[in-house]
Parts: sequence; C-alpha cells; structure tokens
Amino acid sequence: MALMNGARILIESLAREGAEVVFGYPGGVTIPVYDVLYDHNLRHILVRHEENAAFAAQGFARATGKVGVCMATSGPGATNLTTGLVDALMDSIPIVAITGQVPQSLIGRDAFQEADTFGITRAATKHNYLVKNIEDLSQVIHEAFYIAGSGRPGPVLVDITKDVLLAKTNFHMSDKLKPLRGYELKLDPDQAEVDEAVDFLWEAERPCIYAGGGIISAAAHEEVVKLSELLGAPLVHTVMGHGCMPPEHPNYVSMLGMHGGYAANMCISRCDSIIGVGVRFDDRVTGRLDRFAPEARVLHIDIDPVEINKNRRADVGVVGDAKRALAAINKRLEETQAQKSTENMKARTAWHGKVMDWQAEHPYSYEPSDVEIKPQYLMETINKFSKGEAIVTVDVGQHQMWAAQYIKFNSPRLWQSSSGLGSMGFGIPSGMGAKVACPDKLVFSISGDGGFMMSLPEVATVVGNNIPLKMIIMNNGWLGMVRQWQDLFFDKRYSEVDMQPGFPDIPMLAASFGIKGVTVRKPADLEAAIQEMIDEPGPFLLNVMVTREENVYPMVPAGGALDEMILGSQKPVATGD
Amino acid sequence: MNQLISLLVENEAGALMRVAGVLTSRGYNIESLTVAKTLDPTLSSMTIVADVAEESRVLLIKQITRLVNVVKAVDLTESNAVQRELALIKISSVKPEMRSSVAKEAEIFRARIVDVAPTHYTLEVTGSPEKIDALIDLLHHYGDVEMTRSGSMAMARMPANRLPYPMFRAEPSAEESQTTPVVESK
Ligand SMILES: Cc1cc2nc3c(=O)[nH]c(=O)nc-3n(C[C@H](O)[C@H](O)[C@H](O)COP(=O)(O)OP(=O)(O)OC[C@H]3O[C@@H](n4cnc5c(N)ncnc54)[C@H](O)[C@@H]3O)c2cc1C
Ligand SMILES: Cc1ncc(C[n+]2csc(CCOP(=O)(O)OP(=O)(O)O)c2C)c(N)n1
Repeated sequence: MALMNGARILIESLAREGAEVVFGYPGGVTIPVYDVLYDHNLRHILVRHEENAAFAAQGFARATGKVGVCMATSGPGATNLTTGLVDALMDSIPIVAITGQVPQSLIGRDAFQEADTFGITRAATKHNYLVKNIEDLSQVIHEAFYIAGSGRPGPVLVDITKDVLLAKTNFHMSDKLKPLRGYELKLDPDQAEVDEAVDFLWEAERPCIYAGGGIISAAAHEEVVKLSELLGAPLVHTVMGHGCMPPEHPNYVSMLGMHGGYAANMCISRCDSIIGVGVRFDDRVTGRLDRFAPEARVLHIDIDPVEINKNRRADVGVVGDAKRALAAINKRLEETQAQKSTENMKARTAWHGKVMDWQAEHPYSYEPSDVEIKPQYLMETINKFSKGEAIVTVDVGQHQMWAAQYIKFNSPRLWQSSSGLGSMGFGIPSGMGAKVACPDKLVFSISGDGGFMMSLPEVATVVGNNIPLKMIIMNNGWLGMVRQWQDLFFDKRYSEVDMQPGFPDIPMLAASFGIKGVTVRKPADLEAAIQEMIDEPGPFLLNVMVTREENVYPMVPAGGALDEMILGSQKPVATGD
Repeated sequence: MNQLISLLVENEAGALMRVAGVLTSRGYNIESLTVAKTLDPTLSSMTIVADVAEESRVLLIKQITRLVNVVKAVDLTESNAVQRELALIKISSVKPEMRSSVAKEAEIFRARIVDVAPTHYTLEVTGSPEKIDALIDLLHHYGDVEMTRSGSMAMARMPANRLPYPMFRAEPSAEESQTTPVVESK
C-alpha cells in the first residue's frame, strides 16, 4: 500500500502489464502523467503527431505480438489518434491507447479541449473505457491489456479524467482480473467441428489453403505448413498473411486478390475446397462475391464467430484459435492418414501440378529497363538485401502492392502493412515502432512520395530518438495508385494526383534533419545506394526516382470476378484454363 | 422485416450506445428499444425491434454478442416468445353520444380508463403490438387520438439457462433454427 495519485497508478499499471515503451504526445490534461514519466524508467517516445503514436504502437505490436501502447491528451490529441485506432481495428492489431479527459466537473460543458472521446472511439475500438473513479483505474488498465491482446486482437482505449489523474489513494497493486461475463474466449475448437473439418479435408480433390492475418496473430505458421504438407495442398495468402509459409516451400503459391499472383487467383477460383484460416473473405480478395470460387466448398477456421458466414457461406465452420484448431485437425489427419490419404491423392497431386504450372507460366513480371528504375526492380533489389529476414513496413498505394508481390518473408511478423483501412502515412511510424521493438533487426520502411509527406513529421522522431530506420521513398511523382485508376477507368484524366516530383529535395531535407539522404535515378546505382543505407549506422532517407507511369499488375478491376485479371497493359483479360 | 432481439447487458455507462451503434453503423432502423434493470442489479435487459433483412439476422446477433459488455443475445423473431407492449392512448373531441362506445371498445381490448374528462379519455392498454395497433385504428373513429407506446418487451418461454444453441457455434443447425430461437450465450 502506498499513497499514489492516478497518474502514478496509471504508469505503474502499464509497467505491471509489461509495457516496454509508450508512444505519445502530451497536453494540458496529461501533464500529471508526464510528470510521473519524468523520472520513471518506463520508456516514452515523443512522436510528432498523435496519429503516428497509434501507428508506432501498432508497429511495435505487429513486430512482437505484444500489446503496443500510445498516449494522447484530451480533445485534439484524442481525435488525432482515431485513424490509428480504426486502422488497428481493421487489421486486428492489439494496442492500448490512453487519453486524458477534462475534469468530471467540466464534462458536458464544452470545456476547453473537451471532446467526447468515449463516444467518438466507440466504433474505432474493440472496447473502450471512461475512468471516473481512481479506484477503478488499475483494474481497467488490466482489462484493457487483456481485451486488446486476447481472442481477436484489437485496439482498446482508456479515457481518464484529469481529476482521476490528480486524485490520491492508498494503492495496492493487484493483477487479478475481475471476471468479464460478456467476454469469454473460445480458443479450443469443438471436437465435432474438427471431425467435420477432417472429413471435408480428405474429400478434397483440389484443395486451396487461403491463409491470412489470423495465422500471424495465432503464431500458427508451423501448423498451417504442416496441414499443407499432410494434404499436399497449395497455399495462397492475403496481404496480411505474409510470412505464414516460407516462399521456398514447394506448396507456396503467392498472395491472392486484387493484385495477387495469377496462379494464386486461379488456384482459389478453380479449387473444389477452400480452407480459409484466419481470413475474412475481404472484397479485395474475393472480387465479385457471387462469382468467387463458384465450385468450391468452404472450410472456415476463425477465432471470431462473426467471420463465419459473414461474406461467404462456410460449409464447415470451426470457431477457435488457429493454432489450436489446426493442431487438432492435423492430429486427426495423421490418425486417419493410413486409411484416407490415398483416396484422392492422385487428384490432389495432379491439381498441385496444375497450380504450379500456372505459377511457372505467369509469375509476377514486368518490362525491365536499364535506363529507368522500374518500381518492381526496386522491390526486387530490396528483396535481395532483406533476404526474407528483414522487417519491411509499407505505406499505402502502388509501392505497397509491388512490395507485397516482390519482397519475400521467411517468417511471420516481418511484414507490416495497413491493409484493411489502407491509411497513408503508416509506413514510417510503424517502421519506427518495429525498430524500437526489434533493435537488432534490419528495418526498412517504404513509402510513396505522397504517403511520405503525410508521415514526414516522424522523421524528426526517428532522428530525435536515433532510431536507425532505413526509410525508402518510391518516388513516381504521383499519387500513384489513384493515377492508375484514373488511367484505367477514367480516360487518363489525371485529376489532382500530380505530386510535382521536383521537391522537396530529399538529400537537403535529410541534411536539415541531420541525417544522410540520397536520391538515385539509375538502375545501375541502386544496389550501391541501398548498401550505403544499410552500412550507415543511423537513420537514412533513400529517395528512389522510378518510372513515372507504371501500373500494378495483375489487377482484378473492382467489382470484377477474381479470375478476370488484367495481366498487363497490353495483354487481354485472362479467363482461365 | 422486423427482428426481435432480447439482450442481457452489463448495467454500465455506454452499454446502450454500443448496442445501438452496432445497429446504426450498419444502417438498420431501430423501431423500438427498451432497457430496464433485472433481478441482478449489475445486469440490464434490452429488447430491440429493428428492421433487419432476414439473411443478416444471425450476423447481427453475432455482432452484438461480440460486444464486450453484452452477456447474452437472443433472436426471438421466429420463436413463440411472449411479446408485450404498453400504450397510453388519449382520445379527445369525443361526441357525447359516443362516450359509452369508447368505454365499450376499451373493455373489449381490456384497456383501462385511467383518466376521464368531459371531452376526453386516457386509456392504458397492454398487449401484443398488433393488438395495440388494432385498438388505435378503432379509436380513430371516435375522436382525435394521441398516444405514447413503450416499445416491445419480450421474454423467451423457456428459462434462459435452458435455451439451446450452445456457445460460439459457427451457426445453429437447420433443425435448431427452425424450432428454437437463435442464442449466442457467452
Ligand atoms: C491498396 C490496397 C490493395 C489491396 N489489395 C489486396 C490484395 O490484392 N490481396 C489481399 O489479400 N489483400 C489486399 N488488400 C488488403 C485487404 O483490404 C484486407 O486487409 C486483407 O485481404 C485482409 O486480410 P485477412 O483476410 O488475412 O484478414 P485480417 O484483416 O488479417 O484479419 C484476420 C482474421 O483472422 C482472425 N483471427 C485473428 N486472430 C486469430 C486467431 N488467433 N486464430 C484464428 N483466427 C484469428 C480474425 O478474426 C480475422 O477474421 C489491399 C489493401 C490495400 C490498401
Ligand atoms: C489517408 C489516405 N488518404 C487517401 C487515400 C487514398 N489513396 C490510396 S493510394 C493513394 C496514392 C498514394 O500515393 P503515394 O503515397 O505516392 O504512393 P504510390 O501509389 O505512388 O506508390 C491514395 C491517395 C488513402 N489510402 N489514405
């Protein structure tokens, strides 16, 4: 027992939860918290915009699987956080956000910097709290971490009134969690569902494993590889699923969806059995839903019962943690292997061969150049240096998709992309969070020239905290992805997408921050520039001028069926076999 | 079509906002919503009637159940649950020769006359929403009608702990969903 104020209880509670670092930005209401942080050993990193505090907390969480923490003051601080919260909600990333609120005596009176944070973030979080009693504070923090990190992960916000931060009480630290009647987790699958799943699997002649972010959050990568091996089933994955299977694996196909590989999209379109694990049948994956994989039966494994039958009806649904569900299914498959595996083996082998033929016929491809740096060449070159081992965070747009196509990841938690919300400005702050979480790893952030300007303030944070993040700008001088759509669907009427590539001058900009910055224009100089960036001990800005008008292919036009990919600018629409 | 949902939620600030938010953020119009305390003071019960397409009903129940402070959500739409509503109806400008007829109609509907004045009556009636609609339709013939209604309250016919459809199943089986309400209990 010790007499403590709410601000100290907050910080001690964060420490109890094992928080290693808080990304935040102070303000009037949270000054008492910063007063505690002044000489506390909990690390705080001062960002330059609250949205980026939430992105950086996500960067930490995505890299480690632990709950990331961010903090902002009342009013504008809290409203600035919200994009980062919705982003975490859409991608199921565990973060806890702390915000200050005006004193209770002023709530509801349009006080200075008052905003209804609790109301505003209702739809931006998995759960949120407004703490009005100091006696509740520590327990709420405990619940917040538990809810953020368990089940389907997500963001939790705790709004704390200033009077609570200042009030004092005799505090006794406890880590007992009050039972949450409305929040019970279903981690172990029902045996009946497992048995149904196993029957489904042995019946499959043309199986396709469709793996997503849930594999990463469950750390079920070994289990999904094993499943694929037991069945000899090809595996395709979502943008969120990168790293779920080493790309060298003979059953690995590629990413699927709007900009997925030809073979991956054909595989899921022509299969007879979809095995969806930790995926949410997003419209960027399925294309036109009523024409998505028409012949396939669906087995869907997800921890969130809401996902089963949400977009595509599942013939067999398994609710549970992907790791446990797959382990149970694999075990049963092994037990029944002797009598079952031969039945459809021939068909499955032929199917596997067919998928790999598609893969060989239509790998990701582009027209190389030795005059200009092709964006795809940039990504291939980054891949050469990252060797499947580096962390790569991306922003949103064309570069994101090329990175997703050309950069390989041998293990989970190396790839970070704002996928569900697609928030520009994500790349640098999330890279910052990842590098803070994994100081021994090489971390690249890749941004478009548009998104770079959105996260420019965080270059100051990177420099100010000496975070050796390797920041790459893929500079096409456009809001490239929007320009691509204007090119394809709006008669090349390039309205308000010209980013005027002449400025800012990146080496000068870098110099003004006191770091090194280099601009490269020729393919021949690219490798040396990347090597220089890696050799530099501190942060580095690499500005790569790429071909201006290049489109991302394959592409499934929005609303099109998945097997109606545009393979390249000259080639006609592919319709399959 | 209207969906009838019964909920058990933690009795705390924000509970109503969260539940209403699930409905409104999906564009469903709430026809009526009642909240009241239960025998356990830490829990409230809610009854919601909302216009939800049939194919979205299970999804909606799951989405509401997902809320951290919803303890139980039950879809009573196709069950034989008891559903009642209270209405207070004021009928004014009643012609003197019609007064006894109004009292008669009230009796037929088992409405109680709770206030009487020379030109108007106030009636209190409980019953199914259809019954109340019928009474109101009828009273229009006798004078000017004003009314306030409580919205539906509903209760499953079997005890809550005996409701079928076990926890967290992906979807009720076909037989289950035909004969019994869809329940997501946690
Ligand atoms: C410009 C742009 C283009 C895009 N193009 C594509 C594209 O071509 N292809 C593509 O795939 N995506 C694309 N996306 C991303 C897309 O919008 C979706 O974000 C993505 O497809 C969703 O991935 P997911 O299905 O793996 O689900 P996630 O969003 O990763 O969701 C995870 C799922 O796993 C479940 N889960 C979580 N934890 C567990 C656990 N422990 N056990 C079991 N289940 C769990 C969750 O309940 C959820 O259903 C694009 C995005 C942008 C911005
Ligand atoms: C905050 C935000 N605003 C707008 C968009 C819409 N948008 C998607 S991609 C894109 C263009 C991105 O341009 P740039 O950052 O230069 O990357 P490129 O596509 O050229 O690789 C835009 C504007 C978005 N995703 N996020």
